Amino acid sequence: MKGARLQHRTNLLWLAALVHRLSGLALAIFLPLHFWALGLALGGEASLGNFLRWTDAWFVKLSETGLVFLLAVHLLGGLRLLVIENLAWRDGQKQLATLAAAISAAIAFVFLVQAL
Amino acid sequence: MNVRLYIAQRLTAAVMVPLVAVHLAVIVYATRHGLSAADMLSRTRGSLAWALFYGIFVVAAAIHAPIGIRTVLAEWSPVRGRGADLIATGIGLLLLALGLRAVAAVVLP
Repeated sequence: MKGARLQHRTNLLWLAALVHRLSGLALAIFLPLHFWALGLALGGEASLGNFLRWTDAWFVKLSETGLVFLLAVHLLGGLRLLVIENLAWRDGQKQLATLAAAISAAIAFVFLVQAL
Repeated sequence: MNVRLYIAQRLTAAVMVPLVAVHLAVIVYATRHGLSAADMLSRTRGSLAWALFYGIFVVAAAIHAPIGIRTVLAEWSPVRGRGADLIATGIGLLLLALGLRAVAAVVLP
């Protein structure tokens, strides 16, 4: 019974919905920190510069890579939803969701290579 | 989710599609030789275009994110109804205040 009730969780589009929700949640949690950090510029260029030096650490760059992936996957996943809701239905949604994840991973990879 | 919130979330999503795409491009471009405050601020300070870009971005995000959080609270937590409304409104106001402060910090000359 329990297995049947949770069967939808093996569906790729259920996973896409979960990724969209979790990426949105993570971005919403990150945003106040992002805004606070940019606000350091109110204290002059040096204040922001001191903070940005800390972001040179490899673990910060890895975290930023994760954030870039989350932003890209939330954008592309959201775009897929907007198209579904507003335009005529088109088949291949699983492929489109997979493509969104792949493009997001590629963008994050390019960011990491550039940033390192 | 009521209809007004649904429309507000979708409209802000549509507004943010090009903004996030440009933001991602700027992130990759700006960090190619390490992110520096001088480079960043020389691009944004005194620029009306970036002020408008980030100003609209902040307002849209401050509307979009709390509506999503309200839905997550209602579906995944015991907090719902009035409680979820209050938390979402608080988060929206916090994002708006911190976001506009951040925009001012990087665009004011």
